Amino acid sequence: MSQIFHPATNVLARVTIFGALILVAVLGGVLYEIELSPFYTSVNVTREQPVPFSHKHHAGELGLDCRYCHTTVEKSSFAGVPPTQTCMTCHSQIWTNSSMLEPVRLSYRTDKSIAWTRVNAVPQFVYFDHSIHINKGVGCTTCHGPIAQMPLTYRAQTLYMSFCIDCHRQPEKYVRPRDQVFNPNYVAPANQMELGAKLVAEYKIQDPRHLQSCSTCHR
Amino acid sequence: MDSASRKTTEATSSSGPIIGPGHSFTSVTDRITALVLGKGYRPGWLFGLAISFSLLMLLNLMIGLLLTKGVGIWGINIPIGWGFAIVNFVWWIGIGHAGTLISAILLLLHQQWRTSINRFAEAMTLFAVACAGMFPLLHMGRPWLFFWLMPYPNPMWLWPQFRSPLVWDVFAVSTYATVSLLFWFVGLVPDLATLRDKSTNKVSKVIFGVLSLGWRNSAVHWSRYETASLLLAGLATPLVVSVHTVVSFDFSVGQLAGWHTTIFPPYFVAGAIYSGFAMVLTLAIPIRKFYHLEDFITMRHLNTMAKVMLATGLIVAYGYGVEFFMGFYSGNQYDKFLIINRLTGPYAFFYYLLIACNIVIPQALWSRSIRQNVTILFLISLVVNAGMWLERFVIVVISLHRDFLPSSWGMYYPTRWDWATYTGTIGLFLTLIFLFVRFLPVISIYEMRALVEQTSGKKQDH
Repeated sequence: MSQIFHPATNVLARVTIFGALILVAVLGGVLYEIELSPFYTSVNVTREQPVPFSHKHHAGELGLDCRYCHTTVEKSSFAGVPPTQTCMTCHSQIWTNSSMLEPVRLSYRTDKSIAWTRVNAVPQFVYFDHSIHINKGVGCTTCHGPIAQMPLTYRAQTLYMSFCIDCHRQPEKYVRPRDQVFNPNYVAPANQMELGAKLVAEYKIQDPRHLQSCSTCHR
Repeated sequence: MDSASRKTTEATSSSGPIIGPGHSFTSVTDRITALVLGKGYRPGWLFGLAISFSLLMLLNLMIGLLLTKGVGIWGINIPIGWGFAIVNFVWWIGIGHAGTLISAILLLLHQQWRTSINRFAEAMTLFAVACAGMFPLLHMGRPWLFFWLMPYPNPMWLWPQFRSPLVWDVFAVSTYATVSLLFWFVGLVPDLATLRDKSTNKVSKVIFGVLSLGWRNSAVHWSRYETASLLLAGLATPLVVSVHTVVSFDFSVGQLAGWHTTIFPPYFVAGAIYSGFAMVLTLAIPIRKFYHLEDFITMRHLNTMAKVMLATGLIVAYGYGVEFFMGFYSGNQYDKFLIINRLTGPYAFFYYLLIACNIVIPQALWSRSIRQNVTILFLISLVVNAGMWLERFVIVVISLHRDFLPSSWGMYYPTRWDWATYTGTIGLFLTLIFLFVRFLPVISIYEMRALVEQTSGKKQDH
């Protein structure tokens, strides 16, 4: 009886055994990387906006306070997107002829809001409240990244659940004094863990067991 | 050798031979390989496959609809959140248990009568597990997120809830499927090599050649093969008990009257083996008839399987008795109400039908003449299959439809898509069985050859 297969197929058979394992491992790794890549998470990807608004210029160079525009951040779940009138407090006086700002003036004339493209968002099944975070000493830049260095706004964090849980497990890693919450250039001190533990106690931040409970965020 | 002589006695004991007289190595090989290598397709086979395949297409249609519309197409709603999907899951996974029992435990116990039925019983296990595994996934609502059940590094930083029996189920069923597949395939390798050598067609030579993994029948191969079989049998043995125990935890860990009882694990395992042997008989009787395999699957086999069914059926009956007793003995008003509700509630008809199918009718198997009557045996096996399905229906639906608060009572009426799901998986199961009996050796060739060697050359004393 003649052989059906060439002897070289023995090598092929052995390769497929390990090949299958390697293939599964590589495939899993690739999927994991894709899930964490900017392609999927939009981290560090700037969005196109009707007006190329620069946080770097306004919050960084000019030093406007975050709350000048995001007025409800201390009192409400939503930080608030400023109305065109807020822009016009300055831009009725300066850069009045800039073509870049024409959509702002148009919005002011026609009383129709500027349709900004949302950059940071959590899914609808997540209950998120800005005010509680601000009042317990979570700084703006902890989630929004180096906003004062962003010429165009991008998402600085994945906002995946792991990102939220990281702080809900160990708030002392990130909490800062209340008077530093709106400081876009805040740098955590060397004794952050020590200071953080003190602030967690002082601000009466709840026990991590409560912070990690499902219904804290999924209500 | 002692064990050899014991085996021989067993093989030719008074209840009849486990292989018909006058068979040689060649006749066994030729008979079984002819089923696979023969040309053309029998009209009966094509007809059966066509019906099964159309039911499988019904399943596909139903799955498509389920994925677009959601589980609302089924009749489930609070309080009956578990309808046919869970009934069918438990039914199918239970059926698989006979295959594992036959191939693993009976192998370790040197029960030679298992030889001619183990191959298709294992195939039955595999196909039943495939049907079973589908239900929890479809029932999840968002089946495409099924991988959330696995512990894997994920951006949610979440483990599955390890305290939930539903997660234990994932591990139990996936282990079961993997070990069953390995066991079945490893057992097939020598036979696939026989088919490779016997086939004249180039394409089937190559296909069987690839599948037989270079088997050359050498002594080294056989020695490793024996080791692998024993190891796999050792791995599969605890699964016979553990898988359905974990399935029973899905219920017994819950607080509901009718579920929250310690009798569940042993009674589920016995029920699983009961329904499994019923399904083996349901498949074996037509297969031996249409393929004229009466010499290989003899009356001795049918007789023994009927006895196993009778024994496990009595354990199940004991389970029902204990449930009934505990309903009153516990002094718990909800437990007591559950029993009364089973007997007089809106689903009472199905409870009496269950008692008839699972306890009353199978008592006929005490009679030797009924065990020897193939037609009646086939009918009883169908009755037991239906009875075991009803048992799961009673456990799931009757317990759920009357819970602690009368304000939350409800009724469950299966919709046409519930039925489509059920008949659809039967279609999947039968399609796989039809393909299996045509394209793979339905009886283990090399084990039958070993049986010929052990039974020939000795005079039958009895």
